[in-house]
Amino acid sequence: MSGGINIARTDKLRAFALLSPAYLWLTLAVFLPLSAMAFFSFLTEVPFGDAEWSVTLTNYSAFFESSTFSRLLLKSVMLGVKVTALCVLIGFPCAWVLAKMIKGRAREALFLMVILPFWSNSLVRIFSWAIVLRGNGVLDKFVNAIWPWDVKVNLLFSEWAIVIGLVHSYLPYVILTSYLALQAIDDSLIEAARSLGAKWWTILWRIVLPLSAPGLLAGAVLVFVPVVGSFMEPRILGGRMGTYYGTLIEDQFVAVFNWPLGAALSFILLAVVLIILAVASPILKRAQT
Amino acid sequence: MTRLLTAIAAVTLTAPALHADEIRVLNWQGYGTDLEWAVEAYEEATGNTVVHEYFNSEQETLTKMRTNIGAYDVVLINSSFTPQVVAEGLLDPIDTSKLKNFSNLDPAFVGNAGLNGEGELYGVPWAWGMTSIAVSNADFDDMPTSLSVLWDPKWEGRVSIRDDAVEAVQIGALATGQNINDVQDLEAVRSKLTDLMPSISTYWGSENDWNQNMASGSFAAATYWSGSAARSIGKGLDITFVVPDEGAIGWLDGLSVPKDSANKDAAYSFIDWMIDPEFYVGWDKEGAPGSANTAATAALPDDSFNKAILKDPTLTTKVQFMQPLADEKREEFLKLWQDLKAAQ
Repeated sequence: MSGGINIARTDKLRAFALLSPAYLWLTLAVFLPLSAMAFFSFLTEVPFGDAEWSVTLTNYSAFFESSTFSRLLLKSVMLGVKVTALCVLIGFPCAWVLAKMIKGRAREALFLMVILPFWSNSLVRIFSWAIVLRGNGVLDKFVNAIWPWDVKVNLLFSEWAIVIGLVHSYLPYVILTSYLALQAIDDSLIEAARSLGAKWWTILWRIVLPLSAPGLLAGAVLVFVPVVGSFMEPRILGGRMGTYYGTLIEDQFVAVFNWPLGAALSFILLAVVLIILAVASPILKRAQT
Repeated sequence: MTRLLTAIAAVTLTAPALHADEIRVLNWQGYGTDLEWAVEAYEEATGNTVVHEYFNSEQETLTKMRTNIGAYDVVLINSSFTPQVVAEGLLDPIDTSKLKNFSNLDPAFVGNAGLNGEGELYGVPWAWGMTSIAVSNADFDDMPTSLSVLWDPKWEGRVSIRDDAVEAVQIGALATGQNINDVQDLEAVRSKLTDLMPSISTYWGSENDWNQNMASGSFAAATYWSGSAARSIGKGLDITFVVPDEGAIGWLDGLSVPKDSANKDAAYSFIDWMIDPEFYVGWDKEGAPGSANTAATAALPDDSFNKAILKDPTLTTKVQFMQPLADEKREEFLKLWQDLKAAQ
C-alpha cells in the first residue's frame, strides 16, 4: 500500500516538475498582460509618463449608457454565429471525406491544401480576398468571362465579403478537429447500422454526429470566439459596413488612445463570450449523449 | 544659389551679435528643417551649426520645452497649438525686423489667429496644407466646384472620407456652411453626415490606403490631404485635387523662438533661411507642403503641384484654418462619429 502511495506521490512530483515550466510560461505570457489590461480598465487615464489617474468604474458604465456598444456587440455575436455555422456546414463534410472516403497520398495532399492557408500571413490572405472580391476584380472578370450576360460582381465592402474572408481563415480549425473525431469512429459501427437497414441520414444523426460531437464542438468554439472579437477582417473587407465590436475596441487603442475604455470593452466581450459558452454547454452536453 | 548666399551674407552683416553658434531645432523628423543639403548650405554660409531634436506629438513638444528650458532656439509649432505654448510663457514675440523675407509672407498667414496673441506674432508662418477633396480624372470630365459632389447620387458607393471623427465633423461643417472652429449646429452636421454614409464605400486611413482604392476604382471622389495628393500625382495617379467653393480645412505650421533661447540672432537667421524662396524651390522637388511665402510659391516651376493649386488668388480666404479644439468638443465629435459608423 505504502509503496503505491509513494509511487503516486513521485508521479505527482514528476508531473509537477515537468509541467511547471509550461504553467510558469502561461502565467507570464497570458496572466500578466491580461491583468495589466484588467487594471487599466478601472483607471481614468493610462498611467504612462506623468499622467494623473484615479480608479473608476465609468469605463464599464459607459457600455450601458449608450446603445451603440451593445448593438455592435450583438452584431459581432451574430457574425460569429453565421461564420461558425458556415464553417461547420462546409468543414464537417470535408472532414468526413478526408477521414472516411480518401486514403493514402491523396489524403496527404488534401490535408496540405487544408492547412496551406495557415502558412500565409492572415493580412496577406485578407488583402488577396479584397483583390478578388472588388468590382473589376478577379471574381468580376472571371464571371464576365464565362457568363454571356454582362453582370457586375462587387462583393467588397459588404457583410458577405467579411463572412467569406472569415470562413476561409477559420475553416481549417473545424476540418482538423472534426477529422480527428471522425477518424476515431469505428467503421464497423456504420457497417452494422447499414446492415440493419439504417438510411444515411439516420446513421449521420444517430451514430456519426453524436460520436464526433466533441471534435465538432471544439472546432466551433475555436471559430466562434475569435470571430466575435475580429477587427482586421471587418475593417478591410467590410468598408462602411465593417464597424463591429472588435473594430470599436481597436479604435480605442490605436485611434483615440482611450486604453481604459478599450480594456473595459474587451473584458465585457470576454464576459459575454463566457456566458454564451456557459449557457450553451448543457445543451451541447445533452447533444453528445 | 548666389542670390541666397548674398542674402545670408546680408543677414550675417546686419546681425551684429551673429558669430558661429549652435542652433538647436525642435521639429518632426524629416520635415524640411533637417534636409541635408539645406542644412549644409546654411552651415557653410553662416558658420553656424544646426542640431536637431525630434518630437513625436504636439504634447511632447510642450513637455520638452517645459522641462528643457533654454535647450532650443527654433521650434516648429502648429498654429492650433501655439496659443497653449504662448499661454505658458515659453515663447518670445517674433521680431519681424530680423527677417529679410518677412515682407513676402502672405498677410493671411501672418494674421492667422493661432499664431497671434495679445497683438504680437509668436510664430513665423512657414508651411501649410489642406484637407479637401480629390477626384479621379477618369470619372470627371468637368471638375466639381462644390463639396456636394460627395453627396451626388451619381457617385453612390464610390465616395470616401477619412476614418477620423474631427475631420468628418469638419467636412460636415463645411458642407453645411459653418465655421469649422465653431460648429454651432452640430445636429445639422449629424444629419448631413447621415445622408453621406450610404454613399461611402469604405473609410480611408492612410495615404497608401487611399491610393490603392483610387487606383482600383473604389473611389471616384474622396477627401484628401494636399501634400498627399501632390505625392500621389507624382507617383502617376490620375487625380485632381479640388478646393470647392465651400472651402477646405487648413493647417499652418509656424517657426517660433523660445523665450530662453541663448542664440536668438542665429535662430532668426535660420528661420529666414527656412522661409527663403530658394530653399522652398529645392524642398518642393522632394515633396513639400505649401509655403507661406508668396515669393517662394511664385518661384516654383509652373508644373509644380503647389503652384498649380495656389494659382487661385481667393484660395487662402476660402480655407478655414484649424484652431485648438477643446477636449469636450473632441469627445462630442468622437461620439457622433462612432454612432454614425455603428448605425451602418
